[in-house]
Amino acid sequence: MFYREAGDFNTSYKQDNQTFPIKFDRWRYYAVLAVAFGVVPFFINDYWANAVFVPFLIYTIAAIGLNILTGYCGQLSLGTGGFMAVGAYAVYKLMTAFPDVSIVIHVILAGGITAAVGVLFGLPSLRIKGFYLAVATLAAQFFLVWLFNRVPWFYNYSASGQISAPERTVVGVAVTGANTEAWAKYMISLVFVVACAWLARNLTRGTIGRKWMAIRDMDIAAEIIGVNPLTAKLSAFAVSSFFVGISGALFFSVYLGAVEVGEAFGIQKSFLVLFMIIIGGLGSIFGSFAGAAFLVLLPVLLKNTLVGGFGWATDLAAHFELVIVGGLIISFLIMEPHGLAQLWRVAKEKLRLWPFPH
Amino acid sequence: MKDTNESRVTEDGRTIGGILMEMRNITLRFGGVVAIKDISFDIREGEIRAIIGPNGAGKSSMLNVISGFYHPQEGDVFFRGEKRPAMKPYQVANMGIARTFQNIALFEGMSVLDNIMTGRLTHMKSGMLAQAIWWGKAEREEIENRELVERVIDFLEIQAIRKTPVGRLPYGLKKRVELGRALASEPKLLLLDEPMAGMNVEEKEDMSRFILDVNDEFGTTIALIEHDMGVVMDLSDRVVVMDYGKKIGDGTPEEVRNNQDVIDAYLGVAHD
Repeated sequence: MFYREAGDFNTSYKQDNQTFPIKFDRWRYYAVLAVAFGVVPFFINDYWANAVFVPFLIYTIAAIGLNILTGYCGQLSLGTGGFMAVGAYAVYKLMTAFPDVSIVIHVILAGGITAAVGVLFGLPSLRIKGFYLAVATLAAQFFLVWLFNRVPWFYNYSASGQISAPERTVVGVAVTGANTEAWAKYMISLVFVVACAWLARNLTRGTIGRKWMAIRDMDIAAEIIGVNPLTAKLSAFAVSSFFVGISGALFFSVYLGAVEVGEAFGIQKSFLVLFMIIIGGLGSIFGSFAGAAFLVLLPVLLKNTLVGGFGWATDLAAHFELVIVGGLIISFLIMEPHGLAQLWRVAKEKLRLWPFPH
Repeated sequence: MKDTNESRVTEDGRTIGGILMEMRNITLRFGGVVAIKDISFDIREGEIRAIIGPNGAGKSSMLNVISGFYHPQEGDVFFRGEKRPAMKPYQVANMGIARTFQNIALFEGMSVLDNIMTGRLTHMKSGMLAQAIWWGKAEREEIENRELVERVIDFLEIQAIRKTPVGRLPYGLKKRVELGRALASEPKLLLLDEPMAGMNVEEKEDMSRFILDVNDEFGTTIALIEHDMGVVMDLSDRVVVMDYGKKIGDGTPEEVRNNQDVIDAYLGVAHD
């Protein structure tokens, strides 16, 4: 009824290749963008920015990155936390070494450095697959965290061993440091998310994306039709780590401000991002958004209902929250193993016909 | 081998050219097992060449040697008159050799269209940055190749399922999509590993028609393995017969049909 594609004809392959081929979808996408850029920044306060929007946006970038590697190219990685740490420390070193250069360039460079590190740790993928590769990337996770803890050069020999972001501005507005306003944090994260999602979408719909998916679905056949597994896998590691590095850089500089590597980028972060893409949907950019939203919003929502709604004690609620989130994840995966993105697709299929299914 | 590069015209008007690919004294061993023993044969440009033999004769191994998946211990492969060095399968694909598999090897998570588009990968050269921005060359290339792929889709009559994920298709259609993926690369040599396995008569007729049309319209050289003798004898110009890793017959379908060794291999005679 309200979701229809009648009268929507594609007359060229360019039109057929659009990300949102249905006009209704396209308009909804523009509307979401308009609200995100034009409405939210004026109403956002510190609580909403720090508890919901900024972590959601930054985790989305990490989820997109991991989704490219695991969801599109089929290479399981447990090193996401470590690669985020590389992004964070790279941006920290760059920020302190070249204070005059724009933070935006630093964040992008940090992504590039992480991409190089990712390629290095991706080399084992040429020989091993599946769970064994996961164990190899686990080595990256522990090694990188250890490295940033033990080598004082990385944290500029500070007494606490922490790194903390100095104030940096974009067009005169502080985006890092203690004086940053909520909307500035939100806006810089949003710009990076939109750019990353756009790049990821372009990469995954073209030749490179098809190479990755061919490797994922059947690597032997992929090789027979002319995919060089070396370049395909390593490019997936590079692109994935690039996004993860950007996410780590923002996570440190914009969101937290000060970071202790073991706490912020430990193994639990790797698992968190992995759960995001499993719940959101492997091999889907929208799934990365959905999964990040689910795992960031759910605890906030539960806390507010349990403490605010039912009047439970905070500590009780905090523990119970874990139980409920865990239970929801399990039941959710049993009901829809392909994630929120699949649920969304099914809903759309249904809505196309509703309310006249014949 | 006197007439190596003379071309001839068949009864139905197709031109069969010089030697496209030649296997010379190929021996392939897996540990102590000899899968292929000193086999030589050639494939001529424009012909349909069948490789037949009972189960375990080494036919699929032969195809894997041609497509670069196995490297023979002895013997050489000549492609277009030049000796082919040991190559990785993706390099062989870049030389213009495409194949289908005995048990379908499609990319199940992708749509029919994407699967066939992967066949164009060896022809698409735009860099990663151009693709990331999706501007100019990358998009143009995508659309040009899409047009070629649509031609293959039309040819195989699978327009209706182009956006369907391959995992949802029935067996016969999957076989057709796999042929489409191989065809999309515009191969010089097309290898088909049991294209009719597990099909009913109607599907076999369809598939035979596609194979003949590919050969006729595009002039593609085809080497195929098949168990259905009727199909093999009708389709192919020349037949190689293998048994226990050895070549026991080579020639036109009539010659092979009357070869005593071949009859023995198929009807069963004690091997000494």
